[in-house]
Amino acid sequence: MLRDITIGQYYPADSVIHKLDPRTKLMGALLYIVSLFVFRGVAGFAAVTLTLIFIIALSKVPFGYMVRGLKAIVVILVITIVFNLFLTPGEPLVEFWKFRITWQGLENAGFMAVRLTYLILGSSVLTLTTTPNQLTDGMEQALKPLNKIRIPVHEISMMMSIALRFIPILIEETDKIMKAQLARGAEFESGNLIKKAKSLVPLLVPLFISAFRRANDLAMAMEARCYHGGQGRTKMKPLRYKRKDAAAYLLSVGYFAGVIALRIVF
Amino acid sequence: MKFIEARKLIHEYIRRDEEGNVESILTALDQVDLDVKQGEFVAVLGHNGSGKSTLAKHLNVLLTASGGTLWVDGKDTKDPDNLWAIRQNAGMVFQNPDNQIIASVVEEDVAFGPENIGVSTPEIWKRVERSLKSVGMIKYREHSPNRLSGGQKQRIAIAGVMAMEPKCIVLDEPTAMLDPNGRREVLDAVEQLNKEKGITVILITHYMEEVVRADRVYVMDNGRVVMQGTPRSIFSQVDTLKSYRLDVPQITLLAYELRNAGLNIPEGILTRQELVEALCRLY
Repeated sequence: MLRDITIGQYYPADSVIHKLDPRTKLMGALLYIVSLFVFRGVAGFAAVTLTLIFIIALSKVPFGYMVRGLKAIVVILVITIVFNLFLTPGEPLVEFWKFRITWQGLENAGFMAVRLTYLILGSSVLTLTTTPNQLTDGMEQALKPLNKIRIPVHEISMMMSIALRFIPILIEETDKIMKAQLARGAEFESGNLIKKAKSLVPLLVPLFISAFRRANDLAMAMEARCYHGGQGRTKMKPLRYKRKDAAAYLLSVGYFAGVIALRIVF
Repeated sequence: MKFIEARKLIHEYIRRDEEGNVESILTALDQVDLDVKQGEFVAVLGHNGSGKSTLAKHLNVLLTASGGTLWVDGKDTKDPDNLWAIRQNAGMVFQNPDNQIIASVVEEDVAFGPENIGVSTPEIWKRVERSLKSVGMIKYREHSPNRLSGGQKQRIAIAGVMAMEPKCIVLDEPTAMLDPNGRREVLDAVEQLNKEKGITVILITHYMEEVVRADRVYVMDNGRVVMQGTPRSIFSQVDTLKSYRLDVPQITLLAYELRNAGLNIPEGILTRQELVEALCRLY
């Protein structure tokens, strides 16, 4: 059950997308996400779809691998579709008992489903082609201007990368505690929802205590290795833009402008 | 040249109640004197709660003394200006291998120290390569630390300290959570650094077998240094060690019992080889 957590699932492959600078990819992903909510009509839909297919093909990540990420949002997807389908006012299409489905509802539901699916697919391209470290590095660099308004960008990205490092360790630890409790007769799988939630308490308390202890140890180890914040820090792997990043920037801005143009024209 | 010099070092853990009144004082270090020369391999031995870990944390200025003075590399640890210079020169390896590895890739973790002290990028790459080679972990440079064994993780931690090019490494019970194989791996790496690169090593431990490799041994009990000398001279005092709740290595104990039973073998036998030779000489 715990092994299904797939944060930062990196898929190693040798593709152009993999080699792009993480900042470029973040920017591209941002523009792509905004474009999903800008496009309207069949022409816009076509443009977005073609771009997505093009990028997935470029990334060399198997399509099946990406679709797996969609499982997580099936529930949200169904709820969105149902609400849009039944609650949008307009010209009625079918009517039975208290429910009424309208043309507009059908359209809204369809587009909403497409938007959400594309959102997940698009952002999974980002996480599948970028290692978590590159991602936090990229965020730190890209958000650096926020330092001026006193947002501790370096600290936040350091926290993120440490969290990513400790996810597998804490999962393993949860497994261990669970087994220790099962060996003493605890039950995690039976009973109703409330009972299940209650049975998690004896699991979470030791987990929290151990996490705090680890945090304390880690802080000491970091200090012992001269960590004193982001100031005066150098990088083993500094981020550098290359030619293909410029091209990627141009393409993504071009794509974004195209989607807006399509919205205005049609 | 003296690398570490402690004079009458005192550390007190003070517990206060909610109003800030002192509830209890625990003296973890009581008038500790310690002298370590450059390039020496010194072991600090002690039972749980003997103050040995507290002493280790002082050497890296993670704790500062309540009384007395400690000089590391000629610098007084009380002066906050010396903090980073001391931490860079006296690296520290801790007990739990998982809780001291920061990055999710081996080479990036080794680079963490040099990054913090502002080493230039090409130099970081050189140092990472050099220190990973010195602990024999260069083939794992692109691995995730989660998949490595305890001994390997501990060697990565040592490499991480080595990359800061310290003069001294303090190891605070580095093998307490390892299996016998991992323990040997780590100690071999440490001994090699000491012999080949002349790094001063301070090994804090409660395993007797590990102490045999050291040049000198300090024994601590209740915050005090109660014995000091070469491993041989320490281990020849089996009864005194027992009074500090410490056991001698099994070979030494066997030799001791044989000697007590009337066999004519020398005091302070440390290795199996020595015992074999001493026994052969008898007949």
